[in-house]
Amino acid sequence: MKLNRREFFKNTALAGAGMIAAPAVLGSSAAAAEEIPVGVLFSHTGGLSIIEKSLNDATLMAIAEINEKGGINGRKIKPIIEDGASDPKTFNEKASKLVVRDRVVSAFACYTSASRKAVLPVFEKRNNLLFYPTYYEGFECSKNVVYTGSTPNQQLSVFIPWIINTLGKKKFFIVGSNYIYPREMAKVCKILIEKNGGEWVADEYLELGHSEWGSMVNKIKSSGCDVVLSNVVGDSVVAFYREFKNQGLSHDKLPICASVTSEVEIAAMGAEYAAGSYTSFPYFQAIDSDRNKSFVERYRAYVKDPKAVTHHAMESAYFQVYLFAQAAAKAGDKLTPETIRAAVLGQEFDAPNGHVKVDAENQHTYLTPRIAQWQADGQGKIVQQLDAPIRPLPYVAYGETETGLYCKASGLDSTKLKL
Amino acid sequence: MVDTLFIGLSLGSILLLVALGLTITYGAMGVINMAHGEMVMIGAYTTVLSGIYLGANLLVAMPIAFVISAGLGWAIEKVLVRRLYGRLIDTLLATWGVALVLQQAVRLEFGLSFLGIHVEGLGPGLQNVDVPDFLRGTITILGTEVNGYRAFIILVTVVMTAVTWLIMNRTPIGMQVRAVMRNRSMAAACGIDVARVNALTFAYGSGLAGIAGVMMSGFKTVFPDMGAPMVVDGFMVVVVGGVGSLLGAVAASGLLGEINGLVAAVTNDILARAVVFGTVIVVIVLMPRGLFSFKGR
Repeated sequence: MKLNRREFFKNTALAGAGMIAAPAVLGSSAAAAEEIPVGVLFSHTGGLSIIEKSLNDATLMAIAEINEKGGINGRKIKPIIEDGASDPKTFNEKASKLVVRDRVVSAFACYTSASRKAVLPVFEKRNNLLFYPTYYEGFECSKNVVYTGSTPNQQLSVFIPWIINTLGKKKFFIVGSNYIYPREMAKVCKILIEKNGGEWVADEYLELGHSEWGSMVNKIKSSGCDVVLSNVVGDSVVAFYREFKNQGLSHDKLPICASVTSEVEIAAMGAEYAAGSYTSFPYFQAIDSDRNKSFVERYRAYVKDPKAVTHHAMESAYFQVYLFAQAAAKAGDKLTPETIRAAVLGQEFDAPNGHVKVDAENQHTYLTPRIAQWQADGQGKIVQQLDAPIRPLPYVAYGETETGLYCKASGLDSTKLKL
Repeated sequence: MVDTLFIGLSLGSILLLVALGLTITYGAMGVINMAHGEMVMIGAYTTVLSGIYLGANLLVAMPIAFVISAGLGWAIEKVLVRRLYGRLIDTLLATWGVALVLQQAVRLEFGLSFLGIHVEGLGPGLQNVDVPDFLRGTITILGTEVNGYRAFIILVTVVMTAVTWLIMNRTPIGMQVRAVMRNRSMAAACGIDVARVNALTFAYGSGLAGIAGVMMSGFKTVFPDMGAPMVVDGFMVVVVGGVGSLLGAVAASGLLGEINGLVAAVTNDILARAVVFGTVIVVIVLMPRGLFSFKGR
């Protein structure tokens, strides 16, 4: 058979059309099989993997639970899991991959602020949606992020007045790791301390990851303070509490009141070093409710570790998947990041920590502040909690109030922001 | 003031504890041993594991850790390092590789985690070690309350330095080590078994790191990456003190520790660290061979 040029083009065009059409046909039938692609991006390797692995597990557990119950409107959620390797640059690359190549409709990602800032441009440029589970320093107002961890006011606005009025401690020594989160938290602390009639005697920082606390604890000893407010992060926490006790300080007279120390760090340092100190979080493993107990049990079964601990950021990582699922169910058949975003505003859910709700204005989450005192068994005893969740205020360090929001649905009102 | 000086001394003793082994391996053998920090890590994990499985406390763990890390050091020398003498940069890369392998071995529980087996005390998580009761809390020195555990570390460091000095200067094997340090080929020509001396020296240096690891585990977190920052501090001390000089290592760690402690007391820890590195740069610029050095090789 002799091919002339015209026929050759006709054939290849047909074949080409067939080739293009084939995956499209497959694609639409696969879409009828109803899998919803979502990204799950936490560190599985590197220094932060210990804690981020628990967020990854909690996310996947929630996805598995939802899928078991039949998925979202009969469609299963398909997690696409990536490793951020504790490195912001890797986070950025993996986020691009999830958004551009995998075309996820939303992603559950990031633990540190550094990684969130690194992936933010990807989500904003491609108009995708990020669910971020960590407590963080605020000062962000992106319509492409749903923030389900606590904001500074949800950790501190009950904590500081409680320290001053109930514990009767008035002279604060503020100490933290040297990066943005502890420094922003310290700003909010100072505002609240001064408003409640206390004073702060020092505001000191140590390098992130540094574990030599000799000089700092000595300074705390000689500063004349009667309470230590700690925004120390990571494995430094462990060395800090140990040095504190070994220099002869006790939580009875001079308690450490922390914004970050969670069940994970307590387990790592040995519970006796923290017994008697306080932490403020919306969630503790010790919350005495059936919903939470069942959550802890299911989590332990899921990770096959009968001693696994649950903590605030991982609980947020868990319930934010349900917020996503409810929003996706409401958004209906046409699932895109925009329709999910529109539907997630105002979504409510009964999480292990209690009732949570996404604020329709700033896309942060209503959470219930709690204060716990650490016991010798490594669990917190809840000594104070509010009856209802309070409104998240990401700009509270700059004077934001519940009635005077800076971050609104229309965007950040930068005229109010005085730096 | 006593407490500030004490903390400086404590910082110095911790530096020396890690640097002691490095002084010997780097000084005597011309090997940049990047896996030294991992030997510290192995020592710390030995403490964790012997606590869990043998019920042993910190003091019992010290000889165990010495034997284990010295044995590991000996094996590394026999398999890898002895092929690389005289190739400084290659030893750096090769031992760095060893360091990564050791970190991952602990993180992956020697590969057992792939099979779903979990060894308590290993894995990527943070571990903690119980400190015996008599080392907890404070003791009183010159009317000042100080951290008892830090005082214990100072004591251990003094003893280990003294023992090392005695071995190096008062025993036949020590004399051989010093001979190899000065001139390898001449020592060999005099009938010293250089290969054996090298293996023993490397094992001893690694063993010292193991003991350092036991001491670290009592007040720092134990995790697979813990050794890496320590090796940097260790080399800092060795370079400032003068390569291969025991006296230099003692002087350098004392100096850097006290500078760190004093500056941190007056200003803050972040600045103190910068001043320490500044001092190191000044010393290296003015005295490229370190504070104490001899002409050799």
